[in-house]
Order: sequence, then structure tokens, then C-alpha cells
Amino acid sequence: MLARSVTHALVGLEPRRVEVEAHIDSGIPGFAIVGLADRACSEAKHRVRSGIGSASLEWPLKRITVNLAPAGLRKEGSGFDLSIALAILAASRQIPVAQLAEHAAVGELALDGRVRPVRGAFAVAEGARRAGLERILCAPESACEAELGGVEAIPVRHLAEAVAYLRGELRPPPAEPLDEEPEPDPPDLADVRGQERARRALELAAAGAHNLLLAGPPGTGKTMLGRRLPSILPPLEPLEALEVMRIHSVAGVLPPERPLITRRPFRAPHHSASTAAIVGGGTGPRPGEASLAHRGVLLLDEIPEFQRPALEALRQPLEDGVVAVARVQGQALFPARFQLIATMNLCPCAGRGDPAAECSCSPQRLAAFRDKLSRALLDRFDLVVTVPRPRAEELAAGPSESSAPVRARVADGRARLDGAPLRRTPEADELLGRAVERLPLSGRGRARVARVARTAAALSGAEAVLPEHVAEALAYRSPKELAT
Amino acid sequence: MNELALASFAAASDAHLVGEPRSSRFAAFKARFDAPAELARLSTLGVRFLARSDPAFPPLLRAIHDPPPGLFVRGEAEVELLSRPAVAVVGARACSAYGRQIARSLGRDLAAAGLVIVSGLARGVDAEAHRGALEAAGVTIAVLGCGIDRDYPAAHRELARQVAATGLVVSEYAPGVEPAPWRFPARNRIVAGLCAATVVVEARERSGALITADFALEEGREVLAVPGEITSALSAGANALLRLGATPLTCAQDVLEGYGLVAAAAAAPELGETARKVLNRVREGALGADELARVTGLSAGDLAVVLTELELVGAVNEEDGVFRAAS
Repeated sequence: MLARSVTHALVGLEPRRVEVEAHIDSGIPGFAIVGLADRACSEAKHRVRSGIGSASLEWPLKRITVNLAPAGLRKEGSGFDLSIALAILAASRQIPVAQLAEHAAVGELALDGRVRPVRGAFAVAEGARRAGLERILCAPESACEAELGGVEAIPVRHLAEAVAYLRGELRPPPAEPLDEEPEPDPPDLADVRGQERARRALELAAAGAHNLLLAGPPGTGKTMLGRRLPSILPPLEPLEALEVMRIHSVAGVLPPERPLITRRPFRAPHHSASTAAIVGGGTGPRPGEASLAHRGVLLLDEIPEFQRPALEALRQPLEDGVVAVARVQGQALFPARFQLIATMNLCPCAGRGDPAAECSCSPQRLAAFRDKLSRALLDRFDLVVTVPRPRAEELAAGPSESSAPVRARVADGRARLDGAPLRRTPEADELLGRAVERLPLSGRGRARVARVARTAAALSGAEAVLPEHVAEALAYRSPKELAT
Repeated sequence: MNELALASFAAASDAHLVGEPRSSRFAAFKARFDAPAELARLSTLGVRFLARSDPAFPPLLRAIHDPPPGLFVRGEAEVELLSRPAVAVVGARACSAYGRQIARSLGRDLAAAGLVIVSGLARGVDAEAHRGALEAAGVTIAVLGCGIDRDYPAAHRELARQVAATGLVVSEYAPGVEPAPWRFPARNRIVAGLCAATVVVEARERSGALITADFALEEGREVLAVPGEITSALSAGANALLRLGATPLTCAQDVLEGYGLVAAAAAAPELGETARKVLNRVREGALGADELARVTGLSAGDLAVVLTELELVGAVNEEDGVFRAAS
């Protein structure tokens, strides 16, 4: 007797259809899972057997073979448990085969038969939709997430519930509607006193999606500013949101009670993070922080403290917007189009940039500190702002402009950047040429200045890029180009 | 070419020699020494040798009490450059942004007025003085404390190349001599010796720049010092010199007067009203951009525009987020 159920395995972010075939034959009782299952997946044997027992269903005392097809695709994790159990039950005619064929299933089984959520439910549901299935059986915790994938989620708490449903004896309540409570607001710019120049740079960065490096002595609000970038970014477009949810679902960080993401993600990994943690990797390759920040903000606080290989690995996603994790089995592609915000001190002793203090670093120490950032990585920052220590009067000043008006300006600026391309006037070209001559400005530096100038023009609502826009963009060029 | 033999002997025996030693070793060395072959080897390295007895040897340097037997020279300029009116600009390697800026603008202004800038190619003040002179399309001389074929510190290889392109790199040490701590004070006597005046920009209490100043004083040359903050350890040496009677330097003209020169009139850049207002405020003291925005009432964006304009005409310098008026 043979029965089939359908589920999906994840290769990177891509769901691949997996047919779970169960075959029950007369012979010496036994249970084997074939089809390139990894350890967690082979252990499904024990969970499925206990789960079926706990659900007061019959474990067929025959020779049971479960095949996960296609056999060449590596199956990882515990998400196949539910499908395997249902296939066995259908093969032993405890549930109708035809009913099962119309449902996808995803979930891990507990020994007592409860269904546990697994990561990637969203992607699996998307796969089911593409495979032409309309319903997916999953744990209640995954239900909201799976519904976002465009199929009807049947939340089942227990294997017995799944069986009752397939037999037509039970109609589980539909998935809980999404939590309507809005996400908590990100921190607001009004909290930052003073730092007008850095705020302006942040606005430019938000409007033009430029990478921003904030440098300055400690305690000047660099990190505080970086954390407030999400508050002035426009919300995610629906298609972008789907991409973000797919990644977050696969990484298992989608909050079950509020899987619908509308805000741009914000990730701030600690500087001890490994290369794999930053760009993704591992055996069943998982997305890293760079991909989790896709369509959002990646904040690297104290960037010289990060391991150099981890930073260099960021160069690929910064260039292509995607991380390719190569494995023998093939390549997993994770989108990673993020905006990079980094902060750093100006020198190891932190005395630089502070008018009231003196730097006591030796030239060697300073050079070693600055060498941690490669030229190639620094080239990726369109905007570099030195944040000096604010004076007491600035801190005593009243609250600054809040995020809402800035967000409105940024949205306007973005709309203008998407419209007809802004061109430099001859005067603006002349200024840029003069700057290239007068300041040590590389070809790349020139291109960066031109980009930022365009953003400044868009923010000001001008019809073309005027000299003043180029002049402002020049104010935020990389100090390394001036450094000698 | 007794001097070349002497210089080569000094290099071979790792000694500092200004006169011929009466040792049998030197006698043997000199007897064996093949001067034309050595000169040919030097010219393959692009190095010339200027002996003390050569009439082109700078008279000021010959007048010091222990002039080197000769100078190894590389660079595009003629050796007569060494005899032109020159000023030494020296100071700390670990200097402040203020020191760096003063060194650069002094180098620029003095070179523009026609003086040759002499310094030691070291980090900090030395390098900035060279750069300033190059900026003004002036000529500058770097005196090394190691063999003439070495670029020390290595980070200044490009700077040495630029110096040599229009000026000279000189050393009393033959090719192959390694830098050693004791060679740098000896080098400083040449820096001071080539010049009628020495400017100390920034120096700690026991800085090498003070050694240069001491040499200059011993030889009766003019010594000027740039006054620094009295609370700053970086300026302690320069301020101590002032207390001892060095001439305080407040502008390039203070140096030029001694040479009977006048500063090249800087073409006053045309500035808008806002730019002038900002410049005047910056001249009162170094400021961060935000504070400037507050005292001038400009928005951050507008101020950035003005500051870039000022930077492009060379009226303002930014370092580590702090803006200073170029002197």
C-alpha cells in the first residue's frame, strides 16, 4: 500500500518540492527513511512512531519504507515529521489518501503527538502555492506566517487533530487574525540633541540609500544616530516585505504573533560576530545579518573592532546586493541589499576630534587602527561624517526636530530620485572638476560625490544638480582621501 | 676623492666620522679604495657625491664646527640648490592638528616667497613642511638620517619621490647605511647647518627638534619657535625655546624679514558675504561644524556648502571634524 504527501525543503531561500512516499509491505516489521535525510531528519523515525502512538492511532506492524523524493536533494531539519506521519497513516488507510493529496504539511512532532513550529513555514507555504496546493497543515504558531505565503493554513495543535480534520471530523478554527497592534515605533530623532551636521548626513543617507560612516570620539551620539535611521525611512513596499519575510522566516526570526513585516529591518550585530554570522553560511546555509538587514539597515557599531574577514566578506553584498554561499551541493543565494551604517572612533585613544582633549596615539598605533578598514571597504561609504564632541550648550538646548518631518522630506526626495534623472549644471560640473584638482579625490570618490550631490538636489526639490549640491556633497567625502 | 673614501669607510665601519682617522685600518682602506668605480656605482643608483672640498659645497654647512666629509645627493635639482637661502622647519613627529597645519602653511608661504624648505622627511611636522613647499610649487630639501638609497620612514616613499622630483634628498651616509637612533641627531646638525634660520613648530620637552635648534644656536643661526598652548605637553619644548630667547613666530613674514624677503601677496579669494562671516568666526578659534552652525545661524546643509567653498579656496582646513582657518 502506497501513499504520498507533499512538503517543501529549503535550498537557501528557495522551496523545493519534496514528495514523501510511504510504502507499507508485508514482511518483518521495520521502519526505514531513505532519500538523503540528515541527522535531524532521520530521527523523525522515533518522533513519528511515538507521535502516532500518542495520538491513539495504529502503528502498522509491517515493513514501512518512507522515501523523500527527489532522493538527490539533501533534506535537513525536523519539518518533515508531520508529512511523514500523515503519509504512513494514509498508506495504512487510517486517513483518506485523496484528502491528503490536496494538502501540504509542515511541522515537527513532539513525542506526545503535538505539532511544533519550524523555521521557514512562510517559504514552504509559498512553495505549496506554486505547486498548486491551496491548504497547508502546520502548527498554530506557524499559521499566520504560512497564510502570508498565499495558502490557507490549517492550524493543528496535535497529530490527532490533523487526522480528524483530514477524515472530515473536525474543522479547526481558522488561523488567528494577525495581531493588529502596530509594531512599536523605532527610536525617534527628537532624542538626539545637536549634531546638526550628522543629522543632515543621515537625512541624505536615508533619501539616497547611501552607506554612511560616522566617525568621532566616544560619547558623541554616533550609535544613537545610527539607530534612528529606520525612523526616517519609508515603509516597505509589499513586494519588498515579502522578500524580507521569506528571509526572516528561513532564519527563524519572524515573530510568530506578528509575522507581517512592514517596517524596514534593522540589524546591529555585535563586533565579535563571525563571518558566517554576518554574511550567512553554515551547513544548511542560513542567512546572515547582512541578509536579515535586506531592504533595511545594517549597523556596524565600532566597525574597526569587527574581524577583518567578516568586513571584507561584506564587500560582495554591498556591490551585488546578494550573498552567494557556495556548497558542494550547489549555491545558496541570499538577497542582501541593505544600507550600511558604521561608526568608529578617530583613533584608539579616542582623543582625536575632541577639541578639549589631545590624542596620545603613536603614529604606528594610529596607522594600525586605520588599516583595519581596507580602502576597498571605505570606498563603499558615500557619506563620511566626523562627529565632534558637542558642547554643553548644545546638550542643554531643547528637543530637536523629530523623525516625522524628516521622514516626509526623505519620501519626497526618494520620489524625485525615482523620477527623471537629475543632471549637473555646467557650473556644478565646473565645481566638481575644481574639487578633483584641488582635493585629492579619486575617480571613485568623484562618483560618490556626484551621487550624493544628486540626492542633495532631490531633497532640495531642485530641477538640476546645482553647484551648492556638489559643494554639500564634498563636505561629506571620505577623510582618507585627505589623509596623508 | 679623499672625502668619498672617508664616507665609504664610515659606512663600512658603521662609525660617524668627520675627519680622517689616523688608523692603519683607514690607511689600508684608502689604499685599496677605487674612487672612480665607487662613483660609477653611485651614478647607477642615481646618486651624486658632493665633497666638502668641492666649491659647490654649501658654505653655510661648511662653516659648522663638524661638517660632514661630503653629501650624497639624489634628485632632479642641481647641487647649487644647497647654497640657496634656506630655512629649516622642524618639529615633533607626533604633533597636533594645529602643528600639522602650521607646518604646512609655513612650508607653503616660505617656499612661495622663494626660500628653500629644509627638513628631515620624518612624520608629522617635517612631512607637512615638505608638503607645504610642494603645494606652493616651491623647492624643498630632505635630509636623511640613513643611507641615501633608503626612504625612511617607508610610508614617505612617495613624498621622497616628490621632493626629489623638483628638489633634493641628501644624506651624509653612503648607500646601504641602516637608520639608527644616533644618526638622527647627527642628521639634525645638517638640517640646521644648511639654513640661516631654523623654525621649531611644535616640540615636546625632549624632542629631536630641540636638538636641531641647539645646533642652530651653537652655530649662531637664527632660531624661531611657534608659540603653543602653555598647557599642552606637545608645545612644552617650543615654549621653552621662547623663554630662552628664541624669536616668536606669528606669521611667515617673521621669518622672511630675516632674509630681506616679502611674503608673496596671497590673492585674496572672492568670497560671498556668508562665507566671509563664517571665515571670520573660524579665525577666532577652531570650531566643529555644529557649533559654527549655531553661532552663524546657518542650517547644516547651507553651512556645509560654505565650508566646502572655503576649503576649496584654501581658507579653511578640516581635520577630525574641527575647522581651522588657514593662516
